[in-house]
Amino acid sequence: MSRAVSFAKRNIRRTPFQALAASMVMFLTFLALMIFIILAAGSQTALRYFESKPQVIAFFKEGTTDTDVSAIENALQQETRVTNTKFVSKEDALQIYREKNKSDPALLELVTANILPASLEISTQTPQDLQGIAEILKKEPVVSDVIVPEDVVQTLTQVTGIIRVVGGATVGFLMIFATLVIVMIIGFKIRLKRNEIEIMRLLGASSSFIRSPFILEGIFYGVAGAILAWIISYGLLWYFTPFLQGYLGEVKLLPVNPLFMLALLGGSLFLACFVGGLGSIAAVRRYLKIQ
Amino acid sequence: MIIFNSVSKRFGSTFALDNINLEVKQGEFVFIVGPSGAGKSTLLRTLTREILPTSGKITVGGVDTTKIKTSDIPLFRRKVGVVFQDFKLLDDRTVFENVALTLEVQDKSDEEILKSVEHTLKLVEIWDKRNLFPRQLSGGEAQRTAIARAIVGKPDVVLADEPTGDLDPKTAWGVIQLLNEINSWGTTILMATHNQEIVNTLKRRVVIIKAGKITKDSKEGKYE
Repeated sequence: MSRAVSFAKRNIRRTPFQALAASMVMFLTFLALMIFIILAAGSQTALRYFESKPQVIAFFKEGTTDTDVSAIENALQQETRVTNTKFVSKEDALQIYREKNKSDPALLELVTANILPASLEISTQTPQDLQGIAEILKKEPVVSDVIVPEDVVQTLTQVTGIIRVVGGATVGFLMIFATLVIVMIIGFKIRLKRNEIEIMRLLGASSSFIRSPFILEGIFYGVAGAILAWIISYGLLWYFTPFLQGYLGEVKLLPVNPLFMLALLGGSLFLACFVGGLGSIAAVRRYLKIQ
Repeated sequence: MIIFNSVSKRFGSTFALDNINLEVKQGEFVFIVGPSGAGKSTLLRTLTREILPTSGKITVGGVDTTKIKTSDIPLFRRKVGVVFQDFKLLDDRTVFENVALTLEVQDKSDEEILKSVEHTLKLVEIWDKRNLFPRQLSGGEAQRTAIARAIVGKPDVVLADEPTGDLDPKTAWGVIQLLNEINSWGTTILMATHNQEIVNTLKRRVVIIKAGKITKDSKEGKYE
């Protein structure tokens, strides 16, 4: 095995441009794969977040008393679909607003507690319960508006589905493309080394001895591409984390769990070995006839 | 050691070998001579199992090469060293690495390779050239390297296909003397050539082939 590795290293060193081209193709393939996986995992986490927090928010009209709010809260607590209710007073709303916009003094100056309405956040057992609870709340005369985040869940479900389909198709296409590039490059190298192969054959080299360096070479291109893609994608994610965190608000996606990234690396390496190995085995079977 | 029993090889309608019957004993030095296209190289290539005869049987060291399993061919080839007219050295490997390749394909340990290659390169007198690449060698040095590569695995037989074809007469004699010395250690040598001077001076067994047929087989023969 160590001899096959040293033969593979020699093959790679002898044709550095082909090696670079193969590694770059694998890098682009795995970069696309990792970006789609990160997007899919992120949207899935966001979806789960919204699904796990099914909430209806009812905003109260000006002049609503504590008694009115308590009456509505009491009525809702009788509902088995409701798991929790939380009253957010005008002052609480201002506090939340201030917290969210603490970096923008101009926005803070413009808003007072009087502008912001008091509200009631109602959590339900499942997202399907939201619409029913919203209908009850809409009938209350003190309620000015009801927000149901069902649309968010629906949109996120659609987005996740699209990412999966588009990502899957793109990555599938790139995997096939990368495999074919490996077949082409290893095939080219086999032709380039036909003299050496002929000599090794006459010296009594076994088929596996002649073939294994080419297979290892294909695997190397896959692994090199996957590792580089992982480093770049992790680097990009790390760099953009502060920027993205502002958009995501309460959805705890970032910073990405290192265990997730390690699993992504492990999975990618496995796939890289598979794609590189498959491409080089196909090339060896196609172009390297040993007798 | 080597027995050709009614061996024929046909390429299309042409007979490259036509009913060859030949026996070579262990330790013999045999010249296979004849004009170009007579079938000398084909004969040697049947011995390395590069070519399968159309009919007949070839036995090398008791092994019927026509019936050998594909997976066993590499093991069989390790018993047969080959030297070519154009040396067939690998340009990107040094003299040492070219010779070591024989043992590397046999999966020998690094220590054993180092020892055997050093010993062989000293035998063929190119130890001081061990770090040079083939393009830096003279024809004679390149052929000595090729011979070293052929014998480093201690084969029972060495097949030399026109080993002096690309060399000047003086260098050619050096190569022949080296092959003669290897033969004196007990290695069987079959050498295809059409160099009359070498054949006639060395006075060894001569097998003449013409149009795929053995026309003459004589001990201490002559080639005219």
